[in-house]
Amino acid sequence: MGVVFALWLREVKRYLRSKPQIFASLGQPLMYLLVLGFGLGPVFAKAGQGDYLRFVAPGVVGMTILFSSIFSGVGLLWDRQFGFLKETLVAPVPRLWVMAGRTLGGATNALMQGTLVLIVCLIAGFRPDGVGGVLLGFLFMALIAVVFAALGTIIGSGLKDMQGFQLTMNFLVMPIFFLSGALYPLTELPTALAVLTRLDPLSYGVDGLRGAFIGQTHFGPAINLAVLGGLAVLFLLLGARAFSRIEA
Amino acid sequence: MIQVRDLTKTFGDVTAVGGITFDVRPGEVFAFLGPNGAGKTTTIQMLTTLLRPTSGSIALNGLDPAARPLDARRRFGIVFQDPSLDHELTAYENMDLHGVLYHVPRKARAERIQALLTLFELWDRRDARVKTFSGGMRRRLEIARAFLHTPKILFLDEPTLGLDPQSRNQLWTQVRHLNETEGTTVFLTTHYMEEAERVAHRLAIIDHGKIVAQGTPDELKKQTGTDSLEGAFLALTGTSIRDESANATDQMRQVVKLWRR
Repeated sequence: MGVVFALWLREVKRYLRSKPQIFASLGQPLMYLLVLGFGLGPVFAKAGQGDYLRFVAPGVVGMTILFSSIFSGVGLLWDRQFGFLKETLVAPVPRLWVMAGRTLGGATNALMQGTLVLIVCLIAGFRPDGVGGVLLGFLFMALIAVVFAALGTIIGSGLKDMQGFQLTMNFLVMPIFFLSGALYPLTELPTALAVLTRLDPLSYGVDGLRGAFIGQTHFGPAINLAVLGGLAVLFLLLGARAFSRIEA
Repeated sequence: MIQVRDLTKTFGDVTAVGGITFDVRPGEVFAFLGPNGAGKTTTIQMLTTLLRPTSGSIALNGLDPAARPLDARRRFGIVFQDPSLDHELTAYENMDLHGVLYHVPRKARAERIQALLTLFELWDRRDARVKTFSGGMRRRLEIARAFLHTPKILFLDEPTLGLDPQSRNQLWTQVRHLNETEGTTVFLTTHYMEEAERVAHRLAIIDHGKIVAQGTPDELKKQTGTDSLEGAFLALTGTSIRDESANATDQMRQVVKLWRR
């Protein structure tokens, strides 16, 4: 366990030391929150859907965690390029521990980043329903972080260069975000889009957050928890397998 | 300490290492020399569990690294050809993380880190992040780190590449010192013949995946009738440049790796 903790701590230290990066990665969520939140607000209200800032804030929190956790897994690519990966691959510890430490560290960082964005949302005027909802919200935030940190590890184990990274961004991360219902309600969608959104793991995460924070949910908390919990286990197993197959 | 018999590694049609046999005795400094692409790094990767041999056998302190990788890894330290430090962590944190990965108990870890960082003249900079270090300092830190878990064998893959003469000189003095005081067997590769001549008790020369000569530096000079190790090396391996063939081999390895995925 000491090994898992040490590698977890390494990830967290790296995150806390990159303060410019923490602020830089607040930029994108802020754009979505403020520009869309206030820009689309009037239209959304006219359509009888209520306050858009209130609707989009959980989506923006989910988005932040998605990006942050997938990037932590893809960070394997950096470790490969700067060589630190080899140090962990020849160490006399099972690969599973190495993978667990890294992935949980990445998930922790994503959770911290998500919390930071949640605080910004509160400052911008977002008001969750109550303390209980916020606590349930943190459970969903943690689940989203673990699911996508593990997915990042699966992808990162196979990546060899920056081109692969771009490919992942454009054909995986962006679709996951846009299909998740972070920006729009999942009701009354065209069939094709409705099917795609149901296949997107983040849909259940964002819906779970929205249910917890503002009591508005499409799938219901039980389904959201079950899907995310199941995927977390599945992706962790697949991630461990992918990581154990890395050749130096 | 290291026994290698008929060790072979092929990547598809390409034979990187073709049936080599050698022994390294306990406490010895053994140099493994050869032109680019001769099979040095492939051999080290097989010795250190990073690659599985196609055929042949290896015994590290009596252990087969392919069969019991975790036990084998505990017994050796390695400094790779490419750097392998975490640049965002401090020198001390890099050492400490290594100690945890190799199960060095906390108290022994702290004492040994201090002793090694002092020996390699890095103790004053222990709390500085590695990204602020010069090339020579990074190399010293990596070698200090490899000694942390008191390995029986230390592998050094071209450790002095790109270092200035002062750093190289100092580095070998420290490695020799630890070889003598701790009895660590050292297996190294290098392109600098005068280094090999100065540091190594015995050496082997590999070319095209085969060992073409082995013995003490004096034996090799006598065998080839030359007066320097460099002369002996050139007499044994020829004077043609190998970059071309090395690249072709590397490309083949890449292709083979892709197909295996």
